Amino acid sequence: MTERGSSDVGSARTLPAVRRLVLIAAAAGVAVLLAWSLVAESGHWFGALAEGHNPNAPRRIIYWEKWTGFEGEAMQRVVDEFNRRQRLRAQRQSGYRPIEVEKVIVSEIGRKFMVAVAGGDPPDLAGLWSNNVASYAEKGAMMDLTETLPKLGITREQFIPVYWGLCEHRGRVWAVPTAPATTALHCNTRLFREVDPNWQDPPRTIEEMDRWAERLTKWRVTTTEGTTEIRRGYCPNVPDDRKRLIQVGFLPSEPGWWRWQWGCQFGGTLHDPNRGITADDPANVRAYEWIASHARKLGPKNIQRFQSGFGNFSSPQNAFLCGKVAMELQGVWMANFISKYAPGMRWKAAPFPYPADRPDLKDTTYCDSDVLAIPRGCPHPREAQEFLRFVCSQEGMEILCLGQRKFSPLAVESERFRREHPHPYIGLFRSLAMGPNVYAPPRISVWEEYTREMANAYNTIQNHPERSVREILGGVRVTMQRALERENRRYDRRIAAAE
Amino acid sequence: MTRLERRHLRNGLLFCLPWLIGFSVFLLYPLVASAYYSMCDYSVLLDPVFVGLDNYRQMLSDPLFGKSLWNTAYYAMFSVGLGLVISLSLAMLLNVRLRGIAWYRTALYLPTLMPVVAASVLWAWMYNGESGILNSLLAKVGIEGPNWLADPSWAKFAMVLMTVWGVGNAMVIYLAGLQDVPVQLQEAAVIDGANWLQRLRHVTIPMISPVIYFNLIMGIIGSLQVFTRAYIMTGATGEPERSTLFYVLRLHNVAFQDLRMGYACAMAWVLFLIILALTLVLTRVSRKWVHYER
Repeated sequence: MTERGSSDVGSARTLPAVRRLVLIAAAAGVAVLLAWSLVAESGHWFGALAEGHNPNAPRRIIYWEKWTGFEGEAMQRVVDEFNRRQRLRAQRQSGYRPIEVEKVIVSEIGRKFMVAVAGGDPPDLAGLWSNNVASYAEKGAMMDLTETLPKLGITREQFIPVYWGLCEHRGRVWAVPTAPATTALHCNTRLFREVDPNWQDPPRTIEEMDRWAERLTKWRVTTTEGTTEIRRGYCPNVPDDRKRLIQVGFLPSEPGWWRWQWGCQFGGTLHDPNRGITADDPANVRAYEWIASHARKLGPKNIQRFQSGFGNFSSPQNAFLCGKVAMELQGVWMANFISKYAPGMRWKAAPFPYPADRPDLKDTTYCDSDVLAIPRGCPHPREAQEFLRFVCSQEGMEILCLGQRKFSPLAVESERFRREHPHPYIGLFRSLAMGPNVYAPPRISVWEEYTREMANAYNTIQNHPERSVREILGGVRVTMQRALERENRRYDRRIAAAE
Repeated sequence: MTRLERRHLRNGLLFCLPWLIGFSVFLLYPLVASAYYSMCDYSVLLDPVFVGLDNYRQMLSDPLFGKSLWNTAYYAMFSVGLGLVISLSLAMLLNVRLRGIAWYRTALYLPTLMPVVAASVLWAWMYNGESGILNSLLAKVGIEGPNWLADPSWAKFAMVLMTVWGVGNAMVIYLAGLQDVPVQLQEAAVIDGANWLQRLRHVTIPMISPVIYFNLIMGIIGSLQVFTRAYIMTGATGEPERSTLFYVLRLHNVAFQDLRMGYACAMAWVLFLIILALTLVLTRVSRKWVHYER
């Protein structure tokens, strides 16, 4: 007979005990989790409580900024100066609660900004790009500053007109420009003087630049005898399997950030308020046929292979910095990267060349700017506006632009700013911004989509230079016109729904 | 219901509660919400505006919808086929009694453990047209390698080739299936004079057909949702010339760059219906070639 009894009774007794233990352990775990989250949040709650109750506690605001490195440091100096002045004011003025700005570095700021606003938890201020303004403003992500800015003493007349314009959309103002930029032709002096030891002046016309581009292009050629030699020019008589590109005079796809803008350099436009999308404007077609001519001369596969060996932009292996590309269209920031990664490099900057038959396009430049915006649903709008007021003051703006080594977007610069500025060509970049031939991305809400379409068109033209440029750009016009009409319908629908 | 039964039910529900909450919040609600948003004009930043089937109608005239679908179908067809063949071949090679076989199995499985982002960055370097290791190896045998990720005719194929990096999972599942094939059947086939290929075709493959079917379905579901490697290797652009603009990448761009969440939700539902339809068709067809042991 099997021994039933003690072990079975013991098992029966342990089961409820085990179940009880499991339930207690689960409850304890949940309790610990709850307690931990309460404690973690309590700092925030108690802080807010203290802020509410302590009459002298600072009013903290959160400012999201995308920049790191010296650009981020420059903005930090502005924040530190503002905070210092606020503390001084609190010492002098009894009962005044100082504003304290906390700068937070945020990557992918555009997407995170959108998600934060949508989630109802935005920062108080955000440092965005000027091409975000139209899209975000139209979707209600930004605070309308049209009535607010004049009360802060910030007016259109204080700024270089083109930069104020970047912050407007549908007749309203949505942000303020902070660190501006223009573009110019950058030339590697050493490479030019290898061809002509007496070279001084960068090319002025497109045709002159094309001639220089040919002289500055080098190949490693394997001769029919099996030896290797370096040859200059485009070497059209050497088949591709016997030549390797090692240096190029000018490559429109380097750095490749503005594949949409070549038409503008030739006097074209991408959008007209009356005609809509104008991607296949005759001037745009001419510009991209010029791009196609580069691809024909160098060979699409040679360009692909050559470009795939380029290093990161922010590194000594940058194609321009290491001498792989002799001329490049770049922005005012390039001097910073040259001094950081290639301090011994000799270089010159000049206005980008114009077509010889269009002298009216002299000094054509692309302008862009960082902007400071207050998101919709900002927790502390008045405090955020105070910081805006400081950034847009002469002093605040010049601390920022001196630190970022850019020119100021304000119409007036101080003598000290001009004297202390480390950029050797800062006068050139600023004068380009004040000139008549300044262009910026069109302020339409489908701009992101448009840049993707134009980038795709550029790649198609470069990879297939035998195809019709007019047809390719015509395709972009049709696609984007449809997209623009779709967005306009969305906008009208939203306005109607709001009414 | 007795008191004891009520108590058991209460305790059971309490234990299920965390999962139920998670399921409701992270699966059920997003599912229902996305179905609703797919019929709205929704930019995330503003309240959704109901537009009916407008988003679905837009897909018919959107050239990038068709392009991304074609790119994804191409990728799925070749990557699933290649993945199945390679993983089965590797599993058969690893299904032997050999000293140190565990080491070989581990070595072949290890690449699967590498995060997709790291693997994509690694492969982007390997595929470099100027200095990549692939072209260097090809040059040693006198072949001039293409500009893998810069040439639109090669970029999709380069993505397909990357599939071999992740065959470890399917290989392990095949290995388990192969070890489940009764030895008696193999021996009987040998006695009947079957050679290696005949045994493979008439014994092994039918016996592991459920495993093949499982890997096929999972492979199709996974490959139709390819996103990370295209995002990392092309910078979310689908370059060159949109040859690597896959469906989910297009969906991501529409949602987070164009701020058209309603249209993106509609695309998500279309993808779901496509995957569902393919799964049902394959399940139906599987009755003819999948043999389950009873």
